[in-house]
This record gives sequence, structure tokens and C-alpha cells, in this order.
Amino acid sequence: MAPAPQTLFDKVWRRHEVVAETQATPAVLYIDLHLVHEVTSPQAFAVLRERALTVRRPRRTLATMDHSTPTQTAQVFGGAPIAVDSAARQVQQLERNCAEFGVELLALRHAQRGIVHVIGPELGLSQPGQTIVCGDSHTSTHGALGALAFGIGTTEVGHVLATQCLLQRKPRALAVNVHGRLGRGVTAKDLILTIIARLGVDGGTGHVIEYRGDTIACLDMDERMTVCNMSIEAGARAGMMAPDETTFAYLAGRPRAPQGEAWEKALADWRQLPSDAAARFDREVTLDAGAAEPMITYGTNPGMVIPVSGRIPERPDDAAFGQALRYMGFSAGEQLTDRPVNVVFLGSCTNGRLSDLRSAAQLLRGRHIARGITMLVVPGSQQVKREAEAEGLDRVFTDAGAEWRESGCSMCLGMNGDTVERGHYSVSTSNRNFEGRQGAGARTLLASPLTAAACALRGRITDPRELMQG
Amino acid sequence: MERFTTLTSRTVVLPQANIDTDQIIPARFLTTTTRAGLGAQLFADWRYQPDGAPRPDFVLNQPQASGCQILVAGKNFGCGSSREHAPWALLDYGIRALISTEIADIFTSNALKNGLLPVLVDGATCAWLLAHPGAEVTLDVARSTLTLPDGHTVRFPLEEFARHCLTQGVDQLGFLLAHGAAIEAYEQRRP
Repeated sequence: MAPAPQTLFDKVWRRHEVVAETQATPAVLYIDLHLVHEVTSPQAFAVLRERALTVRRPRRTLATMDHSTPTQTAQVFGGAPIAVDSAARQVQQLERNCAEFGVELLALRHAQRGIVHVIGPELGLSQPGQTIVCGDSHTSTHGALGALAFGIGTTEVGHVLATQCLLQRKPRALAVNVHGRLGRGVTAKDLILTIIARLGVDGGTGHVIEYRGDTIACLDMDERMTVCNMSIEAGARAGMMAPDETTFAYLAGRPRAPQGEAWEKALADWRQLPSDAAARFDREVTLDAGAAEPMITYGTNPGMVIPVSGRIPERPDDAAFGQALRYMGFSAGEQLTDRPVNVVFLGSCTNGRLSDLRSAAQLLRGRHIARGITMLVVPGSQQVKREAEAEGLDRVFTDAGAEWRESGCSMCLGMNGDTVERGHYSVSTSNRNFEGRQGAGARTLLASPLTAAACALRGRITDPRELMQG
Repeated sequence: MERFTTLTSRTVVLPQANIDTDQIIPARFLTTTTRAGLGAQLFADWRYQPDGAPRPDFVLNQPQASGCQILVAGKNFGCGSSREHAPWALLDYGIRALISTEIADIFTSNALKNGLLPVLVDGATCAWLLAHPGAEVTLDVARSTLTLPDGHTVRFPLEEFARHCLTQGVDQLGFLLAHGAAIEAYEQRRP
């Protein structure tokens, strides 16, 4: 009998079952790559210490620091102290933990340091068919390479450190089929915001999404990572995409990707991973990418999103909706275009890769941001920073009046000294517009790098197509 | 982990949908390296004014919230980040169970690992609870039941292994470590 058709997710899951799940017990799932950072790991290392355990597979574990690290060059390289004391202690604690337990650490001044979800793919560590976890919900990013990648809590970080395994129930499978061509000025960020608007912020709960269709196949790897990154914003456990020639070309030659004969063997294996033609999903949703527009959020969750030139909907009977608008200082039915902004943040694991910086730079080149606007450009990794500098993007940003920083999570979550002031409006290329996310009382509007650049130039909410040539 | 079999308590209610982990515990408090003491910062930006004074209109600052161990909330509670600091903060504050129509995946997993019981109920039951703050209810983990003040009982779903761990106080890391031979064999047979 022919084996039952399987999805990409089924295939990756089955390959990693140390013990299959039963009615009484979850599966014991093997983890190929465990990424560790300073914020969600200290209490896990403490448990290892209390119980006299070791890290089972240090070579499957890589640590870096990104969330609480400063982005001011003086604090990273110049000998100035890290401004946030508790953050400095957290950084030191990770250094001690990695030294004690034999875990490789890309520390604060390391040339390969960066946001954990940017460096995994960049180093060629994240590969098709792997299971990848990290104590961070945006671990879904690595699914762009055809991996099953998901965020875990600190207790589970301890489980993986000690056993290289997790106890997991298998989630359901959701296919998001996307067809058609993205229009001018419409980016991968706009696509995922459109998908979230369609699914809702809880539409993916209990599911692993596979993004499929000709639109997805045409995206480059940076764009695919932007889409998979925000799977969690639709409530999904993970987002995945079939590995293909684009994936393989991206990985070829990266320092930690397989080389030589091992590369050929890996390629043959990776080609077996895409979902079988007859594979069934628990749910399917289909979208027309051709109808997508540049998007911007107006509320306090990523599902509260409209086209940049659209109007805020009216929901008079929804108290939470009204409360979100009051927090944001907006009114139902209002058009956001031309509303003034204070801050523009370009960066994060969603949009801090080289192509994101290029996208914003194409609008900023030879222009200056509006008076009174603070714009922070924070590359996703030190490598992205070097590559951007090699093509002169840093000068494009600084000539335009923006600040050019060292890599890190920065203003995405405001726990590292980079924050937005109470009441101020921030157009941000990050992933969450929750109340206070970028600082207590800060008002966040999520958008693409292109839209963010347009807003910086005008100092007002602006559809980027108004500023694009041709 | 301590055993969790039954809990009887009055409820405290936060009716909003989509209460995210940044509300439960804002990121600026995550620079800690321990799990203790986070209850003081639970819902910090809703609970305190910018100068640190309690906001009198916030439910947790009102006398009737004192001693409540069950939180009832709108749907999709705990969405957002994977920070386990969220259930740590709730537990440290004194909350031991959370009732909603929908609870985010990672939050559910983190809650169960710490003995915070996630209770999913139907829309009508949740609507009643949201409309009746301070109602005394009883949760029975072994039976998967929620008993309302009038004696009416509804069942809630609870994954079998989670129930076993809660009622028996099973240490999940110990359970995983006991699979050492299977893990070793798996590592040997992998290409």
C-alpha cells in the first residue's frame, strides 16, 4: 500500500518523533537546533544547576544576546556602560551560563551577533526539515526555510537544554494559499498583515500554517521570513514554506550549512520535504495577493489593520475596539493618511534584513526625513550592518537624518533603552502594536519598511506609492 | 510541582479580548534573572499610573479582588510573546486558574508547566462569568468540571497528560529524562 500523502509539517514532525504521542502522553519530539537568548534562559540554566544536569547536546545549541542589549555604538563597542543596569546583569548572566555549560555564545561584540531569528538563517544553521526552537514566539521565522520552528517558554528551554527534546501534542495543519502578484509598493509585510486581517489574531490558534501558492513561491528568502515571522500574530504555533531552489540557493555556501558531499546529500533529502500533492490540511484559506495594498495598523493588535489610504472601521458595539481607539487617539471612520507621526523604527526580526533596509533606502536616498521626526535604523545583525555599510546604505540613512545603530531588538519591545515616549506615534516595521509595547503609553502603527520610510519623509502617515518613481 | 486537584474561589474579571503578554507583564520587567516577585508588576501599565500610584478604577486595585484566585478574561488571553514571566506573574500575584473561551497556545503550555490551570468554557458560560465578577466557582481537575454558584456544572477540555501532571504533581523534566535510552537510540539511528 502506498504511504498516506503527507504535508511538509507531517514529514518534519514524523522524522523527529523519539516517542509517538498516545491518548495518555504527548510525543517526545527531538529538537535539531536550540537558539538561546539572554531574556528567557537564565531561569532555565538555574534549573540545570539546581538539579546537577548538563546540556545534553551543546553542539545543537547556540546562544546570542539581542533583546536587552543596547544599540548605541558607545555602549556596545565604546566602553560606555550598558544604560539599563538589569539588562547589563542579564547579559553577564548569559556569559556565565554559556561558559559554565559549554554553550557557544555569539556575545555582545561578536561579529556574527544579531537578532536570534536573523542570524540562524544567515549563518546557514537553520535548514529545511529541522525542528528549531527558541524561547521566543517569533521563532516561526525559521519556518521560511522549510523547518518546523516554534517558540517555547523557559521551562521548555530547560527541557531542551537537558534532554534535546520536548513533550508536544501535534497541532493541526492550516494551509494559507496565496495566488497572484503583489502590486507596486506592496511588500511581504503588507501580505502577512493582509493574511492576519483575514485569519484574525486568533485564527491560527492550535495550528501550524503552511503558506503555499505561486505568490509564496515567487518571494525571496527575506520576504518569506517576514511572512513566517508573523504567523504567531495570527495565533499560529508555527508557519512553514516548502523548501525549493530559492531556499537552496540562499543556503549554499553559508558558513554553517552542509558543504561538499554533505551538501549534495542534504539537497536530495530536502527535495523530499514539500507536501505531497494529495496531502490534506485540517483547514484551508485562499487569498488573492493581487488585491493586497500597503497596510498599516490603527489599533492595539496586529489584526486591527487597514490599507494605508483606507478608513478605520466603525464598530459601535465593540467596547474593546473603542478602548483600543482611545488608547491610540483615533476615531472610528477616520482616515489615517496625513496623521502626524513622531518616531519611525526600521528594524526587528520581521523587517531588519538587508532587503528591508534597501527597500526603505530606495525612498530615502537623496531626501531628508521631516523636521521633528526621530528615525532609528537598526540592522537585524552585525552582518546585515556590514553588508549595508558596504553598499553605502548607512550613509543614505544618516544623510536623510536617521540614526544608524548596532543590531538588536531595539524599539520593537523597548527593554533595552530604545523606547517611544508616552503618547507618541511610532510607525514601526516590527510585529506587535500592543499597548505599551514600545514603551509605556507609546502608540505603535505597524507597517512595511517602504511605508515607514514614506512616513518618515513626510512626517505624516503616507502611502509609499505617492513617493515612488515610475 | 505541587498537586492541583480542586480549587474554590471567587473570580476577578477582565472582560477584554486579546489580553496579550505585554499587558500581563510589560517587557521592561523581563530583565530579571529569577522567577520570583513578578506579581508586583502584573498588569503594571493597567494597574499603576505613570507615577507608580495605583489606578483606583482598575479591578485588581479594588478590595473585592483581594484573595481571588481565579481570573476570567475575554477570548484569546495570553496572545503574543512566549514569556513565561506571564504565568509566573499571575501565580506570584495569587491567580491559580484562568477561565476564557480561548487561550493562546504558548501561554497555555507555559501555564500548565507551572500549575496555573487554563480553563476553556463555552461562550454562554464565559459571558455569565464575565457579567458576574466575584462569583464563587469550583474547579475540579480530575473531573474537568467547573461548578457555578447555582450548582450548575460544565466540563472543560484538558489534555490527558496535563491532567495527570497537575493531579499527581508530576515533574515533566523528570518524565523526559526517564526517556534517556529512547533519546539515545534516536540519536544513533538518525542519519
